[in-house]
Amino acid sequence: MASVCFYFQVHQPFRLRHYTVFDHTPRYFDEFKNASICRKVASKCYLPSNRLLLEVIRRYEGQFKIAYSITGVVLEQFQKYCPEVMSTFDALAETGCVEFLGETYHHSLSFLYSHSEFIEQINQHTELIRKLYGQTPRVFRNTELIYSNALAETIEKTGRFDAIIAEGADHVLGHRNSNFVYRPSNCDRLKLLLKNYSLSDDIAFRFSNHDWPEFPLTADKFAGWVNRVNGNGQCVNLFMDYETFGEHQWEDTGIFDFMEHLPAEVLKHPDNNFMTPGELVDTYDAVDVVDVPHIISWADTERDLSAWLGNAMQSNALHEVYKIEKLIKQTQNEELLADWRRLQTSDHFYYMCTKYFADGDVHKYFNPYESPYDSYINFMNVLGNLRQRCDQSFSKNKKSLSKTS
Amino acid sequence: MRVFMLGWEFPPYISGGLGTACHGLTKAMDELGLDVTFVLPKPLDENASGHVKILSPRQCKQTQTYRNPDQIHEVERNDDFTHTTFHEIPSLLQPYITPEYYQQKIETIVRERTVDYIREAGGETAVDEWYQMIADIDIEPTGAGQYGGDMYTEAHRYAASAVRLAMQEDFDVIHAHDWMTYPAAIAVASVTGKPLVVHVHSTEFDRSGEHVNQMIYNIENRGMHAANKIIAVSDLTRNIIISRYGVLGEKVEVVYNGVEQNGESRMAFDHVGISNDEKIVLFLGRITMQKGPEYFLMAARKVLEKVDNVKFVIAGTGDMMHRIIEMAAQMGIGHKVLFTGFLRGKDLEKVYQMADLYVMPSVSEPFGIAPLEALNHDVPVLISKQSGVAEVLTHVLKVDFWDVNEMANKIIAVLKYPPLQLTLREHGNFEVRRLKWAGAAEKCKQIYQEMVQHV
Repeated sequence: MASVCFYFQVHQPFRLRHYTVFDHTPRYFDEFKNASICRKVASKCYLPSNRLLLEVIRRYEGQFKIAYSITGVVLEQFQKYCPEVMSTFDALAETGCVEFLGETYHHSLSFLYSHSEFIEQINQHTELIRKLYGQTPRVFRNTELIYSNALAETIEKTGRFDAIIAEGADHVLGHRNSNFVYRPSNCDRLKLLLKNYSLSDDIAFRFSNHDWPEFPLTADKFAGWVNRVNGNGQCVNLFMDYETFGEHQWEDTGIFDFMEHLPAEVLKHPDNNFMTPGELVDTYDAVDVVDVPHIISWADTERDLSAWLGNAMQSNALHEVYKIEKLIKQTQNEELLADWRRLQTSDHFYYMCTKYFADGDVHKYFNPYESPYDSYINFMNVLGNLRQRCDQSFSKNKKSLSKTS
Repeated sequence: MRVFMLGWEFPPYISGGLGTACHGLTKAMDELGLDVTFVLPKPLDENASGHVKILSPRQCKQTQTYRNPDQIHEVERNDDFTHTTFHEIPSLLQPYITPEYYQQKIETIVRERTVDYIREAGGETAVDEWYQMIADIDIEPTGAGQYGGDMYTEAHRYAASAVRLAMQEDFDVIHAHDWMTYPAAIAVASVTGKPLVVHVHSTEFDRSGEHVNQMIYNIENRGMHAANKIIAVSDLTRNIIISRYGVLGEKVEVVYNGVEQNGESRMAFDHVGISNDEKIVLFLGRITMQKGPEYFLMAARKVLEKVDNVKFVIAGTGDMMHRIIEMAAQMGIGHKVLFTGFLRGKDLEKVYQMADLYVMPSVSEPFGIAPLEALNHDVPVLISKQSGVAEVLTHVLKVDFWDVNEMANKIIAVLKYPPLQLTLREHGNFEVRRLKWAGAAEKCKQIYQEMVQHV
């Protein structure tokens, strides 16, 4: 039996506007840029992909299923800048063949810095998904598939999730493969779904690569690779950015045709089917325990944190953000809290990455800054202003208190 | 492959980046095994601080064998050169000077030389010879506006000497650095029929903005059109050559400069009169319109609105020096801006070691070697986007020279956030190690080979 499980990540950050140390206005986000990027990606990817998948789901009458993890910050932007995307997601939710996963509302790295903030953001996200799609997420995925034993324990303790998603990194699997359901170390109930990075990346990264020996990738060829899993696995977890369709792989690469024809090819084999992550958890038992004492992620070849925490600027910026958590929360000012949370989105720290900067590559993709240094300077200036507003809010409160007494 | 190279300044006596570039390039060519004959105009003023002169005995010994009666010296250097010979031609040529300064300079030299000469030789014959020399130098008592004529004469004196020298040498290509050498290069090329490369380190538009000196422009223009190939130090310069001098793009190749790895690591300082908790922002270069010193001051004033424990050091001299000192005073930041004059050797090392940030706000910088040297000394740099070096450096801060607000924003960030300085320094130093002269020399060699095949 090979159950193909698609999960698509949907996310766009609130990008910052150019903010110098001389700026005082407490407006940090670039409305124009965010709106135009959101609309552009919507027209190239979100809208055509949603329409196509909706059609395919209807065509296969319950046999084709998919899952999405949509961040709170991108949903806010859809509502604001392109509400038509919202209605297509509504339609997908109504088919009953679409599952929505849980994550941090702000696509943040809060797990690494603040337990309380991490839990609050998961709750915030769960509420939003429940409100919009009438589902309560039961499978959790952390930002950029950042994962470790400690994360699994934390998620199990919330008692709200049945499974967690992680990268099927070779060094944690050893001789095993990602095509089974596993259990995280020290967990009794929680299951672990691992990404089949090889087959996922064939679609997400290699699909249009002319130098790839398997080029061109067709639906029947890919289905053949899925069939090979039969007998040596239960599931094929294809996890990728939703922007793969139409944005990373442009329409003229044939990516949409590929997706349209894939279900038929996969279903040709009688042992194959499509499942959502939740269904995998219900269907299959955990076959083994996977121990991940050190943090892994789905980024780059290193599969570690170095894309967000690889240099002194990144660790400093992250440290400074979480340093003011208490301060922000003490002000009980909703605006300050909202601004602070939007600053936690992992993209801000990704822009500061110096790893491949000189070579120019995937890290430049959608990076609104000319250099990682510019992004750090901008971020720190915004954070400096936010801090000032906190201090001002306190002195105001004190004044009003002393007036009343 | 033998190269007949015409330059105008050479370390250790230099006034700008050109001498550094010529040294780095010829040294790398030397290592590649190219035979280079390097011809320099030798200024007569031996006490001058800012240009080539007879190289000091420690670093080279003069063979005293005049190659011809016109006093062309063959200079033997005992440092790293094995395939390179140096020739110096007496001339008053100097880069980067104004007409007034030039006129004044000639007069001083003539006066001092006279006295020395009489003292040394003594007697009436010496006086006769001195008169002869004056005639040779060919200075007429002129008023303003005659500058062009004088320069022109000088450039031609250099040309005549270079031709005489070239007649005795055997070589395959001629390589000339910047406009002062172009008349000589054209003359040598027409006499010998060898292919000519002109190497453009800067143009009149970089030095003077829109107020170009027509005579210099004409010489540049003639040199570029006479050349078989033009080497530009950046795409920025290549574009100027194409758009302002009407040269076909296919004739212009970009060869980026490199940097020699000689930076010393930073040390602790408590003996230099600036307290350790005070930050230093450094401007190092000629104080001229081209280098944008006034933008540095305007940014400094903005920085001081936010940060107090910082000093701005302006190292260099130039025709705008007095104006800039006055400007700092008028802005009320005179006590925060220090002028050091022209620095070299130990003093230069010291100022690099003290600096927290090097700023190059150039209005128009064909390349800009100085930021590479700063990086080499572990100093992070902020450079204007209007510089050629911005095309090759990624781990630096960049800003439009006119955007003093942004310039100040970035300076403050470096002073305020140690992780920024740390990351810039680490990556910058690593990046600069990849920019070697060997690559530039290799590219020149390819260009020579193509030209020789074509001819």
